[in-house]
Amino acid sequence: MFKDKAIKGVFVGMASTSIFIMLLIFVFLFKEAFPFIKHPGLSSLLDMKWVPVSFQQERFGLLPLASGTCLITMLAMLFAVPVSFFSSIYIAEVARPMEREILKPFIELLASIPSVVLGFFGLIVLAPLIKSFFGLQSGLNAISGSILLALMATPTIISVSEDAINSVPSSYKNASLALGASRVQTIFKVVVPAALPGIIAAVMLGAGRVIGETMAVLMVTGNAARITANPLESVRTMTATIAAEMGEVPFGSTHYQALFWVGIVLLVMTFSLNVFSQKILKKYGAFK
Amino acid sequence: MTHNLTEKLVISGLRFATYAIVIVIGYILFDIIWHGLPVLDWRFLTEMPRRGGAEGGIFPAIVGTIYLIAGTIIIALPFGVGSAIYLSEYASRNRLTETIRLAIITLAGVPSIVFGLFGLGLFVLYFNFGPSILAGSITLACMVLPTIIVTSEEALRAVPKSFREGSLALGTTKWQAIRTNVLPYSFGGIITGAILGIGRAAGETAPILLTVAAFFLPRLPKSIFDQVMALPYHLYILATQHPDTSKVLPLQYGTALVLLILVLGLSLGAIITRSHFRRKYRW
Repeated sequence: MFKDKAIKGVFVGMASTSIFIMLLIFVFLFKEAFPFIKHPGLSSLLDMKWVPVSFQQERFGLLPLASGTCLITMLAMLFAVPVSFFSSIYIAEVARPMEREILKPFIELLASIPSVVLGFFGLIVLAPLIKSFFGLQSGLNAISGSILLALMATPTIISVSEDAINSVPSSYKNASLALGASRVQTIFKVVVPAALPGIIAAVMLGAGRVIGETMAVLMVTGNAARITANPLESVRTMTATIAAEMGEVPFGSTHYQALFWVGIVLLVMTFSLNVFSQKILKKYGAFK
Repeated sequence: MTHNLTEKLVISGLRFATYAIVIVIGYILFDIIWHGLPVLDWRFLTEMPRRGGAEGGIFPAIVGTIYLIAGTIIIALPFGVGSAIYLSEYASRNRLTETIRLAIITLAGVPSIVFGLFGLGLFVLYFNFGPSILAGSITLACMVLPTIIVTSEEALRAVPKSFREGSLALGTTKWQAIRTNVLPYSFGGIITGAILGIGRAAGETAPILLTVAAFFLPRLPKSIFDQVMALPYHLYILATQHPDTSKVLPLQYGTALVLLILVLGLSLGAIITRSHFRRKYRW
């Protein structure tokens, strides 16, 4: 009896590692970022410029980075959401069973292509294409980055919203068809509205993935830290800033601490998106 | 009549969106295979890089990636399977279980670069491992843990309840029932999860950027406290940091193809394993 209790204890301990890791992540991010509060103070994170290395005045404003992340995320979702929405409907409602069995794993394939490979593809193939299409001096800009990110968000959005569409009870569909509604009417007026919370959660999960993505944006957005809404300009995201600058910064310096603040903001953003979308999925997701 | 036409138009619109994605994926794969294949030969895979990576092979990067994913899975698998056993066999609906589930979901959504920051702060600096295989593997293990937990739990839950009851009715303890009547039948699913985790760890760049990866290191590591080169980081360096990126373009394509073969091969392996065990055990 005692042995059985001990074994259960071991498993409880192992299962608690996730909580432990999550706590450690928060603790260590704050620990490294903390001295920044005393000097130069949290208000300097609200500066309009990010100039971490300078002979006169170093400036650690997060706004240009946050605006870069926002611009890229919005553009990426603009590309990804309609396509993923339509194709999740196609896979769940229109495709024949055989077709579905091939389409699903193929689109999941996209999810397993490493982001550095997609970034490389973007750099070599997509950026020159964008450059000549818009007649720009460089193809390394917000629009190239967001097209790549849209590709990365697509599999997530499709598979979660396809689940949501599949979980709509077939009695809903049958009732609509029996009343004389056509197939398309049934899909858009009955199935999609019923699956809408799940589709919204899918979009939020996709956005979470886009915000946190590092390598592809680092390689193709051009990395100029400026506030702009022009998709043809080069921008710099929060993730790319950490990846590009952390390697060269002296440990413990103000710049080092500022980069940890960028990480904290990033973590809080993705954390809230995730928790919120899980809440939606839990509340409306499954029909039972 | 017009009604029928709109119906057809909408359906073909949906089909168009889906196959547009398929074509884009196909084109990406084709481009990398087409340009990468000519570079790929035995010497490229087994030689040391020379002149800062501008010539020679990618042997140390392949070895480095294998060390990293081996370290990752050795650390992550026991904890992942242990967590899954707790969640599927022992957990009751209480605060602890809910907190564990929330932590797993949150962990799955943490951006990879934040794992890099965390690994840098905790393992590289606080534990003083330095940039090393050890620091990188633990960081990657934290990242793939949710994948392994979720797939293993699914595998355990797929084993029918009667298997456990049969064993318990014969007077075994709960652990004996799990060990003899549940774990052997969920083996396939657990392996699938492990392979998926390895695939994700092999392709990630951001977490190893700050915790282990070396720019150019034409020798093999001697201990777990050594730095290594790794395929994804090597590709990143060749594509963006190299002084003459256009000259080393074939090497970039070659590296990208090797990485792609490794990662997609692992995903394919996971799919085959899953369907093999699904056919083997049917209840």
